[in-house]
Amino acid sequence: MTPTYYLLLSAMLFSIGAVGVLVRRNAIVVFMCVELMLNAVNLTLVTFARINGQLDGQVMAFFVMVVAAAEVVVGLAIIMSIFRTRRSSSVDDANLLKY
Amino acid sequence: MSTPLLAATPQVEAATGVTGLAWLLIVLPAFGALVLFLAGRRSDAWGHLLGCLTVVASFVVGLTIFLHTLGLAPEQRTSELNLYRWIPANALQVDFGLRIDPLSLTFVLLITGVGSLIHIYSIGYMTHDPGRRRFFAQLNLFITAMLILVIGNNFVMLYLGWEGVGLASYLLIGWYQDRPSAATAAKKAFLMNRVGDVGLALAIFLLWTDLGTVQYTQVFARIGELSPGTVLAVCVLLLLGACGKSGQFPLQSWLPDAMEGPTPVSALIHAATMVTAGVYLVARCNPIYDVSANGRLIVTIIGTITLLLGAIIGCAYDDIKKVLAYSTVSQIGYMMLAVGLGPAGYALGIAHLLTHGFFKAGLFLGAGSVMHGMNDDVNMRHFGGLARHMPITFVTFGLGYLALIGFPFLSGYYSKDAIIEAAAAQPGWRGLVMGGLAMLAAGLTAFYMTRLVIMTFFGEKRWQKLKAPDGHDYHPHESPASMTIPMIILAFGSVFAGFLLTQSHTLAGWLAPTLGELAEQHGATLSESSVAVGTLVLSGLGVLIAYLLVGRQPTPVTRPEPVAWPVQAARRDLYANAINEALIARPGTWLARALVYVDNKGVDGIVNGMAALLGGTSGRMRRLQTGFVRSYALSMLGGTVLIIAALLAVRFGTQ
Repeated sequence: MTPTYYLLLSAMLFSIGAVGVLVRRNAIVVFMCVELMLNAVNLTLVTFARINGQLDGQVMAFFVMVVAAAEVVVGLAIIMSIFRTRRSSSVDDANLLKY
Repeated sequence: MSTPLLAATPQVEAATGVTGLAWLLIVLPAFGALVLFLAGRRSDAWGHLLGCLTVVASFVVGLTIFLHTLGLAPEQRTSELNLYRWIPANALQVDFGLRIDPLSLTFVLLITGVGSLIHIYSIGYMTHDPGRRRFFAQLNLFITAMLILVIGNNFVMLYLGWEGVGLASYLLIGWYQDRPSAATAAKKAFLMNRVGDVGLALAIFLLWTDLGTVQYTQVFARIGELSPGTVLAVCVLLLLGACGKSGQFPLQSWLPDAMEGPTPVSALIHAATMVTAGVYLVARCNPIYDVSANGRLIVTIIGTITLLLGAIIGCAYDDIKKVLAYSTVSQIGYMMLAVGLGPAGYALGIAHLLTHGFFKAGLFLGAGSVMHGMNDDVNMRHFGGLARHMPITFVTFGLGYLALIGFPFLSGYYSKDAIIEAAAAQPGWRGLVMGGLAMLAAGLTAFYMTRLVIMTFFGEKRWQKLKAPDGHDYHPHESPASMTIPMIILAFGSVFAGFLLTQSHTLAGWLAPTLGELAEQHGATLSESSVAVGTLVLSGLGVLIAYLLVGRQPTPVTRPEPVAWPVQAARRDLYANAINEALIARPGTWLARALVYVDNKGVDGIVNGMAALLGGTSGRMRRLQTGFVRSYALSMLGGTVLIIAALLAVRFGTQ
């Protein structure tokens, strides 16, 4: 098992997440795709830490997890309140803030 | 270089005793002006009395200082009074300082003396004007500024007074604000004065840059340090200022138009005092002009041109005040010619200035009295035979007239003929040309003044068949005592001033501490007696021709047309206005129009174009903000991909 496979896996996960964010309308699904992208990056960080034999990347991954956890709390709260007021969880329906 | 004159410069002492009260001279009329301006309508009832009182009080102060100074030895007659530091700006330190010397005292007496008489005259003249109190406020303002002009001890004070009299003159010329012609005349006077003021300001700047001081004593003491070119430049720039203020060629055309103001204003400002400020300037700067023979030559040339030009145009006008105005232009030309002669002429110029102050003020007041009795008409063709209806006006006017044309033993005979003789006594062509032209102008003066007197006071009573411009019949009557008494006093001055001032060089001796001793000239082509006789003969000839042309024939009520081209030219001010219009005004208008075009199309075009470009672009760009989160995400992704691609291209592409 060479580290390259881990990088390939992480690139695939990131691409799936990015495409999900761009094509899905359901806010929850978009949110999950964002998490997928974050964790893909985490995998990359850990892999590179392993390759270089240093702990920096692993520490960075912890940071990302913490930020992601905080983001989930805020993001889900926003999605909840939008759903309560508009009876919809589609991101395309929440388009009032524009030109 | 005329070192003997510099050696004669007296020491300057600090003013003490009576002389220390000189500040009252300025403060009194300034107080009057301030009260009258600020108190408004409340002071309508007594405003004119306060106005007169302050000026008379100022005259009394001036007279006291004069008598005190007269008692001192000649070398102690110059003193200075520093009131406070006016402009303390680093290297530029200007004091609000007064210089009390024979020259400034002479002017103080002229200004406050004639000023008092004209203030008193104005009480009667302006009786029916609802704005009489404001009129006195402005007259007081004028007196204040004029006193600052003559009594300051540095060029900045002079400039302060110079601009102050310009302001007062502007306000008073435009007194009848509802007349467009008066408003235009006021503007014209202000603008043409501005041209001269720029010259004066530049001269002061030049002195300041080269000598680092603006105080008379220091400038005059160190004038020898300057290069001849700089001195000539200062001379010419000062002369430009003098030309603007004194209505000298080529800036003379505002003065006749200034007659739109009330007649006391014409008498005080545009005949006796303010317009002589240019002569004062040249005489005051005598140490500067002494060093530059070319500068003096230019002054004499300007004076000669002006005295001839004023006399020629004066022959053609029918407006009584405009004839007198051109006469003033011409007489100030004589004064300029005199002060341009240098040490031989300074005192003569000042002597003529004083006598002219008397008789020209008297003539203007007489003209005002005639207008007062003739429904404010100024056209002499409507007058005639007024001598019997206005006996006092006629006699005082007649004495002023005789003084002006140089009738033997009256004022003008002593002061004007002395100038002509001094001009003719110059060596070489200058004596011949300038003396000859001055004599010719004396003949013309006799002609136009005789014409004026005959048309106004003698002959057929043409007004009996006419209606005044306001639709009433003419009822000529003598003016009230407040108007006739000043005229009588001025008439005494017209008769005796010349003899008293010039007899055994009284005035020249009095002015010697400031202007230097009156120098004799040698090497003249024309002998003194032939000049004196020639002047008398030419003047007599002028009177005779005027009698034959005007007195012996009936005067038409309307202007004869067409007339020969010299008359046509004189009626049009020798095309001075046309030349100004063609050379200055019209190119100026074109330039302004071109600049407006460049501004509108060019500068505004660039600015507005930039704004339109930005506005239009952003109006289109904002459409990108659709409100769809996913499109933002796509653009973020696209941007990131682009940046990474660029980084990779730089990282691996260059290898």
